[in-house]
Amino acid sequence: MIRLLWQRLLWAIPVLWLVLTITFVLLRVAPGGPFDSERQLTAEAAAQIAAKYQLDQPVITQYGHYLGQVLRGDLGPSFQYPDQTVNELIAYGLPISATLGIWALLSALLVGLPLGALAAKRADKPTDLLIGLSAVFGISVPNFVIGPVLILALAVYWPLLPVGGWNGGQATHLVLPVMTLALPFIAYITRLFRGALLEELQKPYITTARAKGCSELRILWGHAFKPSMLPVVSFLGPASVGLITGSVVVEQIFGLPGMGRYFVQGALNRDYTLVLGVVLVVALLMLIMNTVADLLYRLLDPRAGDDKP
Amino acid sequence: MKIKIALTWLIIMGIWVIIGPWLSSQQPEFIHWDAMAQAPNSQFWFGTDVMGRDLYVRTLLGGRLSLLVALVATCMSLLIGVSYGLVSGYLGGRIDRLMMRFLDVLYALPFLFLVILLLVFFGQHMILLFVAIGGYIWLDTARIVRGQTLVLKKQAYVEAAQAMGQSTGRILTMHLLPNLRGVVIIYATLTIPQVILIESFISFLGLGVQEPNTSWGTLVSEGVDNLQTAPWSLWIPGAFLSLTLMAFNLLGDGLRDYWDPHQLRSR
Repeated sequence: MIRLLWQRLLWAIPVLWLVLTITFVLLRVAPGGPFDSERQLTAEAAAQIAAKYQLDQPVITQYGHYLGQVLRGDLGPSFQYPDQTVNELIAYGLPISATLGIWALLSALLVGLPLGALAAKRADKPTDLLIGLSAVFGISVPNFVIGPVLILALAVYWPLLPVGGWNGGQATHLVLPVMTLALPFIAYITRLFRGALLEELQKPYITTARAKGCSELRILWGHAFKPSMLPVVSFLGPASVGLITGSVVVEQIFGLPGMGRYFVQGALNRDYTLVLGVVLVVALLMLIMNTVADLLYRLLDPRAGDDKP
Repeated sequence: MKIKIALTWLIIMGIWVIIGPWLSSQQPEFIHWDAMAQAPNSQFWFGTDVMGRDLYVRTLLGGRLSLLVALVATCMSLLIGVSYGLVSGYLGGRIDRLMMRFLDVLYALPFLFLVILLLVFFGQHMILLFVAIGGYIWLDTARIVRGQTLVLKKQAYVEAAQAMGQSTGRILTMHLLPNLRGVVIIYATLTIPQVILIESFISFLGLGVQEPNTSWGTLVSEGVDNLQTAPWSLWIPGAFLSLTLMAFNLLGDGLRDYWDPHQLRSR
């Protein structure tokens, strides 16, 4: 366990460095600068601004400076939001995106697992086929189609919920975005859990448990649940990536001030530091989620070796 | 059954997208100043958008582009992914470990974010879109092909070929590749919807396909902006997009059941 954490930590350092460097290079090779779109500045003013953000120095110096800053945990000042640092912007946006992601993941598990179990119990019967078809539907329909359709249905034609906005994270404002974000993950978890459960229920120890008069409910949740969770747990790593990119769209549709919006706007405005900051935080989140998924896997199945990547 | 339904829709869609635009007399970019945001009717079969452009022709042309991007990017991903996985799995040993480590690094990168950056900064060329998506989607294919190669290379016929002194290149292309086709076809059908999804996701954010061209993602995004005045401009491209994605996913599922009966239970 401890060894795994150490390995992951050592692994994270080069990965984060690579992410930072690639993004930095991309940003500097790209045409256009952060202050191009503003009204024509006099030469002195432009030079002054460039000096303030150290854009007048050689790129390699800027890179070294930025790297040092990041190592001290400071992501620098934002170029487009003059009086705010990137740290402040992320501290504001991250909790919003995280709230969405955590609720979406929780609801995906809470809905997906029972549905998967139901489908496995009624394998090849109409219930199973219906669930299977709905799952294909959930995987296929993109969230930027589902989101607007939900808005149209539950906020416009039948005004139950607000159309969008954050409003301090009020529960009613959360329902639609979380639903939109969670839907494909419900579908994936249902399919994975159904498949794993079906395989598990055919194993001899389940027959033994049945022969001893164990109740079906106990077999399902007491015996077969844990091993059947393995594929679901290993799905959590990729799922976290999907949640992060999904929330970019969901934030756009529902007008939520999360990290995804900062990223898209920052890229359009050439806000170097903001884009770098968001990419770094996303890469870090991905690493953390993958490590958590691996740890959970290890807890569920102690046989999994330490060298599994 | 699944395969039949899926193929039927895909064939109908494919033909429709290719010849459909010529069936209507409307032009994709002509602006009807007197017919903005019209609901579907006999003149405009899918209605018009808020700018007065015919949605029938635009939806089908958008479909052409979405499918084209999907096919090209999938071919790229197959080309890179299959050769990478094949070489890594067959050679094994240190080279295999190194190649897999490299994949791990790529997996850890927030790719979609980098793709977005690439498109924002270097203009939205179609070729860049192909390269960006194709260069990102091959990772899964490579992993799966490698896994299969590891199993296949222990088969007797491969050992026989080795014993007869056939060259590595010949073993890879003449013996291993043909036996991988099942897996490759299954993953190709599952890659296509992913590519369509990514393309439309990028276009939805306004970073992909640009005017005067259009794709399903662009159309959906326009539909979302005019949700209340012209809801059909969301419904129609959204339905085309979703049905096509569903068909590809069903086809992939069906093929997997068909080719790989052992896995039948586990999905």
